Amino acid sequence: MDQRKCECGHTNPIGTLLCESCGKPLDVILEEQTQFPDMRYEGMARRSQTYTRKVIDRVWNWFSSVKIAIGIIVVLLIASAVGTVFPQQPYIPVPVPTEADVARFYTETYGKLGMVYYGLGFHNLYSSWWFVTLLVMLGTSLVICSLDRVIPLYKALSNPRLNQHKSFLKGQKLYAEGLLPAGANQAELLGAAAQALRKKGYRIFSTERALLAEKGRFSRWGPYINHIGLILFLIGVLMRNIPGFFMDEYVWVREGQTVAIPETPYYVKNVNYHTEYWSESEMPEKLDLKGGVIPKSFQTDAVLYVNKNADLPGTKPDLFEVKSGPIVVNHPLEHESLYLYQSGVQEMQLGALNFDVIDQKNGDKMVGQIKMDLYNPPKEQDIGNGIKVRTLDYFPDFVIGSDGRPATKTNLPRNPMLALEIVGENGAAAEKMVYLQGSVITQKANSQYGLVIRKPDLIDITGLNVRMDKAVPLIYFGAFIFMVGVVIGLLWQHRRVWVQFQEDHVLLAGHTNKNWFGLRREVDGLIEQTKLPLAIEERTKA
Amino acid sequence: MQLIQLSDWLLDIAFLLYVLSSILFVVAMTGKNWAGRDPKQHERRYGRIAFWLAVIGFLAQTGYVVTRWIGGGHSPTSNMFEFMAFLDYCIILAYLIIYRIYKLTVIGAFVLPLGVIMLAYSYVFPAEVTPLIPSLQSYWLYIHVTTAALGEGILAVGFAAGLMYLLRTVPQDVSTKSTKWLEVVLAVVLMLVGFIGMESTFARMDQKTVFEMNKEIPNALGQMEKPRVQYTMPAIVAPADATIIKQGPMSPLFSAPAWMEGKDAARKLNTMLWSILTGVVLYGVLRLVFRKRLGALIRPTVDEIDPELLDEISYRAISIGYPVFTLGAIIFAMIWAQEAWGRFWGWDPKEVWALIVWLFYSAYLHLRLSRGWIGAKSAWMSVIGFVIILITLVVVNLVIAGLHSYAGV
Repeated sequence: MDQRKCECGHTNPIGTLLCESCGKPLDVILEEQTQFPDMRYEGMARRSQTYTRKVIDRVWNWFSSVKIAIGIIVVLLIASAVGTVFPQQPYIPVPVPTEADVARFYTETYGKLGMVYYGLGFHNLYSSWWFVTLLVMLGTSLVICSLDRVIPLYKALSNPRLNQHKSFLKGQKLYAEGLLPAGANQAELLGAAAQALRKKGYRIFSTERALLAEKGRFSRWGPYINHIGLILFLIGVLMRNIPGFFMDEYVWVREGQTVAIPETPYYVKNVNYHTEYWSESEMPEKLDLKGGVIPKSFQTDAVLYVNKNADLPGTKPDLFEVKSGPIVVNHPLEHESLYLYQSGVQEMQLGALNFDVIDQKNGDKMVGQIKMDLYNPPKEQDIGNGIKVRTLDYFPDFVIGSDGRPATKTNLPRNPMLALEIVGENGAAAEKMVYLQGSVITQKANSQYGLVIRKPDLIDITGLNVRMDKAVPLIYFGAFIFMVGVVIGLLWQHRRVWVQFQEDHVLLAGHTNKNWFGLRREVDGLIEQTKLPLAIEERTKA
Repeated sequence: MQLIQLSDWLLDIAFLLYVLSSILFVVAMTGKNWAGRDPKQHERRYGRIAFWLAVIGFLAQTGYVVTRWIGGGHSPTSNMFEFMAFLDYCIILAYLIIYRIYKLTVIGAFVLPLGVIMLAYSYVFPAEVTPLIPSLQSYWLYIHVTTAALGEGILAVGFAAGLMYLLRTVPQDVSTKSTKWLEVVLAVVLMLVGFIGMESTFARMDQKTVFEMNKEIPNALGQMEKPRVQYTMPAIVAPADATIIKQGPMSPLFSAPAWMEGKDAARKLNTMLWSILTGVVLYGVLRLVFRKRLGALIRPTVDEIDPELLDEISYRAISIGYPVFTLGAIIFAMIWAQEAWGRFWGWDPKEVWALIVWLFYSAYLHLRLSRGWIGAKSAWMSVIGFVIILITLVVVNLVIAGLHSYAGV
């Protein structure tokens, strides 16, 4: 950097407002402004104030501006609010299996505004490129604002400003000057002042003729500490992109079923699912729920397995149990930073349909029973007496397709349609029939065999959120550091009092970063105790 | 259950005491210049009575919290009614602490009525003690919610002091942008009062209007149906393209514009219209009776206070409220969300609006500490900040449905 020499002999980096050594406002700057420089950064040279020509300087200056930072905060604020006007895509309250359904939801429920909202991508606002860019800009601003200020500030505060030039003291907001009585013992007075200030908790730096009393310097670091906390927090969020650090999957597991957890070598089995409701005797107050119920617990009894053959592609899974236990809301199942959360449930879903096969030409006598597992219908069932039932076609979620032919909307048995064929003994012609929505339609008008619908097997399907976020400890740590920084910065103040003897005058100045009332009180106390001939001329409380 | 009945009584007693205290605080400030009184003595006397009434009310409400907690088996912070009552409790607590430090009677004249409004708002909601649903069964219920409420209560006191600063310093001799905006703030307060009054009245009267939308849309089970919407307040505006199923006390004057599709859009518009109407009427009546701007009307009560002291109180409250709010509403919330849902942040409306409140007060602190925004600018920020908190409480819980919303529960 270019150097400028102060009259005290110290060379200051260009851009310095107050001499680093004696505190005198540098002439060059004084010509341009009429008032004493801001004490906020001790008048030190800051990169953003000094270098302005090159592109990199301009970028640095832009990001180091608090005004810009506030602007970014406000834009983030408004953008976040926009995302709550209509529900974000993950929070759409009705099933929307395809993108077309999503688009239709916004247009149908909210009209033209909804259509515009969807078109602009606001339904996924918080993961949109521009929102993430705003967050990155906020993070950048945090880093650059802090570096720009904390480095010179640290340099300044580490070298306590002792023996300051008179113009420095005169420029302070709290200033007093007085003529000493003849024969006053300066050393004694200085000692008394030091003692009085020490009693108030100040740390004293002194020479023969001058002292600096300082307390609460650590509180100046508060804002920088909390910024570090925020930066750690944001790093934690960014760490999700590291492979193996973050996982967010959802599995639906039927009772009795074991499913693989994607992206992991783990499998989970739903042994049993149970929703418990509060009984009337458990309610603290008599309630008229109008037929409604209040759930007490959602619990899945689960078993977690690891597939020992996970590393060998193409081999059959060799499952080894690693953990078992209940998964309840607020108490996930945990294993090696993998967490399974009780998230959703579909209760009383169709699991299997049960039918009695009857001989209609024999007084409707039951000749056998079949069970159709709607997740894995058997190709053929032998019900005894030489009668076989074959499954010809199965549509779990039946719908007539756009081409007029039968199709299935999803692979969940929400609306099962079964086409069956019953072959009797002695190889008589197979009779075809169809089951759909509670009725059985036979192909022939007077077939021999019929089906009587029995109670279906109902199962519960539990929805488990499987998550892993190894960055969470860093995120909590960042939040903790943030709180420490905020408390340090807001609860304490950095106060300094200078007392200097110059020939027959005594000079006193004081500075604090906040709570001037408090500093003024202490200085008044000091003057009273030491009987120094000082009357404070406090400037306007700007 | 005895304890719960006792808790209800204790809350009613607290409400009554807060109302009396509010009235006496206002009397303490406005009756100073009545004939034949020594202003200082008058203010001190009535101020002291009002203060002690508030303290007893606070103790009664503490009793409500304790008995409801024991009787209900869980922290009384689990639904909209409980939360608003607890927020009011925190506002009064924050006031008592600030009063201890600054000993200004006039603060009570603003904070107590605010507390009364909050508690009255809570009465709009169903108050039965219900057992906890699974997601609320956690010790975080009383850690997260109470800390967040305390933070908001302290920020509310910051708002009251900021409002007082504006009433004190905005010159009322000519009509300026500032006087007009101040009137807007006071009118919005009246609209909130109006909303609470109308909602409570009509809820009690049970004069609902029910509409059925003419168009079918898929419901939560995927089936097509014609959705129904129920208005508590008489229908000024009907939903677009709907038919009345149950007639209410009045026929709709007009239909919502066609672009406001959706069954709830018109209902919210209707509620908003009623609130605005009542607020405007209240404002109009007050303007007519007193023949001056409300800001000018209230001005005398704050005239003797040093504005810098009000600025200091507002900033002090916010500088204490901000860390408490961050801790309770953001950090504890994130930890609980991680434990319950496996993600500490999901961008759901309540989380987003808590973030908005947090960002706003961060901006406040930066503007004040780095850009020198003190005095009137800071006061306006503290007022806007509280409006944002109110949006979080009212709009997010009632207007925007979500995982987090308490409405009606």
